[in-house]
Amino acid sequence: MSAITAEGVRPRKKTSPRKRAQRIRIVQYGVLVLLVLLGVIFIDGRQVSQVFFRPDMISKALKEGLPLAFANTLAFTGGAFVIGLLLGTVLALMRLSQIAPYRWLSVIYIEFFRGLPALIVLMAFSLMPLALPGLRIPLDPYGTVWIGLGLVSSAYMAETIRAGIQAVPKGQVEAARSLGMPSGMATRRIVLPQAFRIVTPPLTNEFVALTKDSSLVYVIGLTATSFDLTKYGRALSNTYANITPLVVAGLSYLVITLPLTFLVRRMEARQAKSK
Amino acid sequence: MSVDVTIPTGNREDEIQIYDLHKSFGDLEVLKGIDLVVHRGEVVCVIGPSGSGKSTLLRCVNLLEQPTKGRIFILNDEITDPDADVDHLRTLMGMVFQSFNLFPHLTALENCSIALTQVLKKSAAEAKAIALENLHKVGLGDRSDSYPLKLSGGQQQRVAIARALSMDPELMLFDEPTSALDPELVGDVLSVMRDLAAGGMTMMVVTHEMAFAREVADRVIFMDGGVIVEQGTPEEVIGNPKEERTRTFLARVLDPTHVHTPDDEMPPTGASAHEKPVVPPVHRPNIFGH
Repeated sequence: MSAITAEGVRPRKKTSPRKRAQRIRIVQYGVLVLLVLLGVIFIDGRQVSQVFFRPDMISKALKEGLPLAFANTLAFTGGAFVIGLLLGTVLALMRLSQIAPYRWLSVIYIEFFRGLPALIVLMAFSLMPLALPGLRIPLDPYGTVWIGLGLVSSAYMAETIRAGIQAVPKGQVEAARSLGMPSGMATRRIVLPQAFRIVTPPLTNEFVALTKDSSLVYVIGLTATSFDLTKYGRALSNTYANITPLVVAGLSYLVITLPLTFLVRRMEARQAKSK
Repeated sequence: MSVDVTIPTGNREDEIQIYDLHKSFGDLEVLKGIDLVVHRGEVVCVIGPSGSGKSTLLRCVNLLEQPTKGRIFILNDEITDPDADVDHLRTLMGMVFQSFNLFPHLTALENCSIALTQVLKKSAAEAKAIALENLHKVGLGDRSDSYPLKLSGGQQQRVAIARALSMDPELMLFDEPTSALDPELVGDVLSVMRDLAAGGMTMMVVTHEMAFAREVADRVIFMDGGVIVEQGTPEEVIGNPKEERTRTFLARVLDPTHVHTPDDEMPPTGASAHEKPVVPPVHRPNIFGH
């Protein structure tokens, strides 16, 4: 084939890669400009702002109870995170245990709770007192949410923490043991501090995910003082038949999550540099 | 090669006693029956080709590797006894690793003091004083607040030695302590070890540093294939080896460009050095044709 075409026939002149890249860029900018134009032509700005950003609604939302709802969201998330972290650490250590039944239990737990929607776990857990009449969960509804969301997030965190523990070099344990530390002390003093340093970025991401998952608490029937951001925004939106409060509540989540994701990015950059 | 004494010797001067030590990893038998007694104040250097089992031997002494068979006594306490207080016996032995294994989340000082407060239950103030003293001893008193990753390899290894010394051990185990170091940093670590030996510390050193072994060791042990092939004073083993395997190894280590020839049967006199290895001409396949 090539022997025939190579002689005499001049191949068609191809555009250089640089030229082609330039053309693709022009097309991409063109699409962007087109979209903006369409938006300007077809979207009535006043109407949109009346529905999503009505100034009087914004101030109403901020005044009436947004700070409390914000604090509640933080409380729901923080408590669930602490429980998830503690339980997740235990599960991770069980997963790496020498004793097989502990490993099995941990795997079963992790796969069970990772596979279920958090919404269903939370619903089921809020109905626990029906099944076990003697059961009283302290600090209701906070206790219910902390345990329900904590159970789910611990399954995710366990896998993360396990990876962190395994990322600590074997020589660290050997050095600790050679200094006479018993195995438990070596884990607590030498392995876990390093493992948590390694998994701080993914755990922060888990906190961000949990912040958003805390909006699921609407399924368990809250009183007005324990409304979280989403529930509060929805209630206000229903009252005034305007969606602005919900938008304000939604943006409030960004106040929590954006700084955290920014922090994670910096930590990851630092970790990458120190390697 | 067996030790014809009762087990254990009962002699307080015999710090490490190893009897008929075997260690297998799966089907691979790495140690095939080692007998060895290290006396108080003795510096024993273990040399041999990689894979000869010398690091495994050292790691069996403080039970970082569980022997397949055999008995090991530390100061006449059997560490291989299933009921032995292994953690306590380990506090009597300082261990220095090839890859330092400093704790990166702790400062140099904390690396040296953590086992003092946690294991030996000393007060924080006392632990700090001991740690500082040992950091001074290895020439790093001024770097006590540095984290390991801010130190050079040679400095890290010296902190690791200070960490082991802080436990006030009866004996020290060194597992190729200079093998991971840049050549210009080896000297500082060796000079610390030389000082230790001069101070009367019992030391078992797995090393490739022949000059160090020749100068500091009281006894050199040559291992190959999981057995002790030859042992004696440095002059005997390094200077005038009896076994052919020892000669072959030493010829290779002392002259890395050395090519094994039948002449190696004789002690290296330089005769074989005349034979230059024949380098085959580089063959470049002709991919262009003519």
